[in-house]
This record gives sequence, C-alpha cells and structure tokens, in this order.
Amino acid sequence: MSSSQPKIQIENLVKIYGKNPEHALKLFREGGNRDEILQATGNVLGVADVTLSIGEGELFVIMGLSGSGKSTLVRCLNRLIEPTSGHVYIDDEDVAKVDLKRLREVRRTKLSMVFQRFGLFPHKSVLENTEYGLKMRGIDPEERRQKALETLAIVGLHQWANYAPSALSGGMQQRVGLARALATDAPILLMDEAFSALDPLIRRGMQDELMRLQTELHRTIVFISHDIQEALKIGDRVAIMKDGYLVQVGTPEEIITNPVDDYIAAFTQDVNRAQVLKTGSIVRQTMPFILGQGSARAALQDMQTHDHRRMHVVDRQGQPVGVLMRKDLESAVDSGVEDVEAVMRRDFPTVEASTSLEEIFHLAQTGAPIAVVNRKGKFKGVVEQSDILASIGRLSRNEEADSAAPVDRIAV
Amino acid sequence: MDTAIPDFFNWLFLNQSTEIIPLGDWISTIVDWVVTNFRWFFQLVRVPISQALNGIEAFLQAVPPLVFLGALGLFAWQFASRGLAIFSVLAMIFVGLIGAWPETMTTLSLVITAVVLCALVGLPLGIAAARSDRVEASIRPVLDAMQTLPAFVYLVPVVMLFGTGKVPGVIVTFIFAVPPLIRLTNIGIRQVSEETIEAAQSFGSTPRQMLWEIQMPLAMPTILAGVNQSIMLALSMVVIASLIAVEGLGQMVNRGIGRLDVGLAAVGGLGIVIMAIVLDRLTQAIGKPPKDGLSWQDRGPVGAIRTTLGKRRRVPTATP
Repeated sequence: MSSSQPKIQIENLVKIYGKNPEHALKLFREGGNRDEILQATGNVLGVADVTLSIGEGELFVIMGLSGSGKSTLVRCLNRLIEPTSGHVYIDDEDVAKVDLKRLREVRRTKLSMVFQRFGLFPHKSVLENTEYGLKMRGIDPEERRQKALETLAIVGLHQWANYAPSALSGGMQQRVGLARALATDAPILLMDEAFSALDPLIRRGMQDELMRLQTELHRTIVFISHDIQEALKIGDRVAIMKDGYLVQVGTPEEIITNPVDDYIAAFTQDVNRAQVLKTGSIVRQTMPFILGQGSARAALQDMQTHDHRRMHVVDRQGQPVGVLMRKDLESAVDSGVEDVEAVMRRDFPTVEASTSLEEIFHLAQTGAPIAVVNRKGKFKGVVEQSDILASIGRLSRNEEADSAAPVDRIAV
Repeated sequence: MDTAIPDFFNWLFLNQSTEIIPLGDWISTIVDWVVTNFRWFFQLVRVPISQALNGIEAFLQAVPPLVFLGALGLFAWQFASRGLAIFSVLAMIFVGLIGAWPETMTTLSLVITAVVLCALVGLPLGIAAARSDRVEASIRPVLDAMQTLPAFVYLVPVVMLFGTGKVPGVIVTFIFAVPPLIRLTNIGIRQVSEETIEAAQSFGSTPRQMLWEIQMPLAMPTILAGVNQSIMLALSMVVIASLIAVEGLGQMVNRGIGRLDVGLAAVGGLGIVIMAIVLDRLTQAIGKPPKDGLSWQDRGPVGAIRTTLGKRRRVPTATP
C-alpha cells in the first residue's frame, strides 16, 4: 500500500508559535534547538523541519505525546494553522502557498477532518451535520441530503438522521463526525486524535470499523494519536514525533523490531509484540507438493531428501488443500497407494499473512503446522509453534542491542 | 524641598482661578458648532424613526384592546407556554382596569421602536466587535460611557439636535439600551467553541457562511438575552424620556410627581413594572429552547390546531 505514489508530500515544514517567528526561524536554521529558541525569543518551536511523504491510499499514523507537534502538523496540512515555512504538496499543488479562495476549494474537495472532541454543530441535526461539507460546496439540497443519508448508513446511523447530536452517545457522535468527513468524498481524511475521547471498548470498535471502512474506501488517511498501541494497530506506516521533530518513520513492524533510539524503544516497551507482528513476517518458506504433479512415492522421496516430517499440498491455483504426514505416506507407499489425495489430511489450520501473531496463538497450541496464505489465498509457507515463540524471544534481545545507537531525527 | 511637589499640586489643582484644561468650554463649543452646522443631518435622521414610531403607535392605539389581548395570549402560548399566556393576558387586563391602557400602548410603541433601532445598530456592531479585537477594544469605552453617563447629561444636546418629542425620546432610550446588545452579541459569537469553528473552517466555509451557519445560530441564546436586557433598559428610560415631552406611562409618573399626585405616579409606575415583567418573561422564554423537544408546529395554538386536524405527530424522545 505504501509503495504507491505520494498523495501528500511535506517538505521542510516548520511552525513556530509566537510574535517574532522570522527571528526564531533564523535561529532554528542556524541550528538552535527548541529550548534555545524559547530562551532567546520566547517563541515556541511547534514543528521542526518535517519532511514526509504519504502514499495514496495509505493509513498513516502520526504518533507522539502531547506537545510533540503532531496536532500542529496535521493542521498545517489544511492550514487551520499557518505554517511558518516549508511546503505541503497535495497532488503536486503547494497548499502552504495557495491563496484563501483556492485554500477553501482545497478544503472543500480534497481534505476533510475528524476532530478529537467531535466538533459537531450542536444546533444542527445529525443529517445537517453530515451534509455540511456538501452544503459548503453548493450541492443542491436534494442531492446532498441523499448523499448524507447514504454516508450515515455506512457508519450505521441512518435511523438517527433527524436527532440532535447531543442525543447520541460519544461513540455515535464520533461516527457522525466520521460520516461528515466521508460525505464530501475528499480523497484525504485527517483524523486528529479521533478516538482518544472515547471509552476503551468503544475506541477498539471504532478502530476496527475504520480499518474495515478503509479496505472499502481506500482514502488517504492521516491519523493523529498519542496511543502507540492504536498507532501500531491501525497504521500502514507510523511516524513518531518528539518536541516537534520527526524521530522515526516506518511500518509498525519496523518500529517494533528496529527502534532508532532509546525514546522509541521506551515507547514500544509495553507494546504487545504478538499483536503488532504479522504472521507473514515469520513465515517459513517451504516447497509445497502440487496436486496432480506426481505420485505419493514422489512426494515421499521429496520429503526424505529435505528431511521433512510433513508437507503441504496445494492445488493448481496455489491454494493449500491438505497436508501430508511422512508416517502416513510411508505406510501408504508400502501398501501400494499412489493417490496423494487419499493420503493427505484435510483438516489443517490456514491463516492470512496479515494476521497478527496474537491471533494465531490458539492455532499453534494444537501443534499442527499452520499454512500461511496471502490475501488471494495462495500458499506462502508455514509457521510452526516454535517459530512463534522464537520470534518474540529474538525481538526482545534485538531491542536491547539496538537501543545503544542514538539517532536524533530522521527524514523520510 | 520636601514640600515642593505637594505644594506644586496644591497650587496646580486648588489655587487656579480658571481650570487648566477648559473641557466644559470645549464641549459647549463643539455642540454649538454641530448644532449650527449639522442640525439638518439630525433632522433627516428624525424622519425614518418618526415614521416607524408613528406607524407602530397608530397601529397599537387603533387595535381594539380585546384583539390585542387575544394576539398577546396566542403569541405567548405559541412561543412560551400556556401559563405565561394566561399571566400576560391577566396582567394586561389589570393595566387596562387601572386606566393606563392608552399610555401603555404609547410606551410600548416607543420601546419597540427603540429596541428595533438597537438591533439594527447593535447586531452589526456586535458582529464587528467579535471579528476584530481592535474594534472590540475601541468600542468598549464608548459602551461604558453610554451605560454610565447620567442620561441628563446627554438629554440636553439630544434635544438641541433633534428637538423635543418622541424621536429624541427614542434616541436617548437607544443610547442607554444598545450597549448590552452589542456586548452580548460580541460575547455570544466569541464563545462558540474553537473546535466548532475549526470544523466549519476545515470544510471550507467562507467567513459569511461561518457567520450565518455556525456563529449566529450558536450565539442566538446570548443575543436574545441581550435583546431582553435592551428591552429592560429601554423601559427604565421611559420616565427620563418623559422629561423631554415624550407621552406615555413615563409622563403619568412625571405628572404625578409634579402635582404631588402619588396615586397617578403609582399607576404609571405600576404600568411600567407590569409591562417590564411581561416583556421580560416573553423574551426570555423565546430565547430558551423548548424542554419538550417538540418543533414549533407541534406546540402551542398551532399544535392544538394540527392535533384537531389530525396532522400532529409526536417526535419520540431520544434514548440512544
């Protein structure tokens, strides 16, 4: 997903809060850090020279503690906050430089936003809230009403269309916020701590729902969060910010397995690795036996050469259909059975490569090898119980070894 | 040396035969100059106010009291509650019974004209103040002066510019009554939450769309509280306005005081109080959202008619 062309390109973005940002900017360019700039000018460095590229259809999470500049950064994208310097290219247009009229046009058609405290309009009904963006675009009432109702149906709230937002629970209100943002069909969705104000249970539900929606809608989503678990769970890629600087950008697995410094390592310490790591990352590639391309005897020979105890069988489309046990095969060949299908066992666990390790623990308990398939169901290899345990152990050691190398910031 | 500075101030403040800054003279000169050169302008301003006021007053005096009472009752029932409707009608019947009906209609027309003028001037000023800190800072001392300067001080220049009668009465009432409307419009717009504003901005609202879609509706309860305050202050100016020959309840009080007729003064005063209570309850009720969550068609007399026609539907109470 992240390999596609960039939708948003942020170049050398700097935001300095205060009365004399030019002077502070000069200090910053001369190498001053956040504290020095504050001391010398009283200005606060909000975002420090961030360069970042976000791919089309990517769910990109910007993670950081409060005051790390993450909310400022996302507001620089639709210029709710004016950047002090730098560029924000959206579809090759520098949004940081366009005039107000064009900016409004960009906000109406390209970017929509979901807010932490929902930001719903209390005097408007759920439906009127949802159609607000379309109204700003001048779409006629009948059409925008229709579109708003459709969007409310997507988030499961169409029967609440005529209620005031205050009649809804927090989770439902944020669904309205999401529907309002989705209704404009803007290709980019900015979500500023969108789930942070929700109860943990509701939050998890919303995360799952967002991921489900994303598989259907393929928007480019910039998601702000202070919760590393959330970031690693939903993000295709995650950027971690500290004091306005970008510290590390990478896939959740890269951040877990390869933290660039102590700060990131400390962050990821409490993370449930089994939840972040995907089965695909520890898959053991093996040669499967292809159905109809040999007899049971050939299969047995193959196993003996490679000293395997078992072997998966795939059909011509590459989909796993069974597993051969060496013992079964030996006795079958002894008694003259040549048909592989008669020997193979058909009950074996299969998981997708994108499944987290946590979700396959219960399968590993049975001791049977797990067949791993890609999204289209093609066989990729196997994972054994020992692989799962080993990967988690290895990671812990890796982290200790790597944390000695301090890296201040990284530009991607 | 020790006493030099106190002595200097004693000399400066106490031993002068004339004041060092002759502010009083300056103001007299300025007012005289404005009166001689710009009286035509103020006479021109008089025309629309006078026409509006005369129209409203002629209408209110022409309406038969029974029709007025009926309209008041229906209005109060529709926009407030049945209880307030009954109270308002009874209160106005009492006003009629004590013999203050025509004066009350005259005073009501003055108050209505003044408050409409307040809204026409106050709302745009309040909006301007909410949009710019500089406008707010420069308006504020003027509003302070308008509210605290004793009315008698500007009564004379207003008469010099507008003459006596109802129009200058409206003008002095306006001066005293407009500040809370400006202030509360400003506050109402400014207190709309940051995130709501950001949300509206993020969807590409123009400043005008922001004002009419978001800020004004959300500021409306506060603005209506401002209108309520304006009405109250307008009523409190009625007696002072009577000093420049404005007819109505104020004139009853004024005449009563002049003739040491306590009864007459009390009747006029009571009329003002009753009108104030009715108008206050009415405007407050209009500003508050209804508790039963029904839309206006389903409430009050309109709702009653719709019920009898079988068109009324009850919206279920929200229970998510």
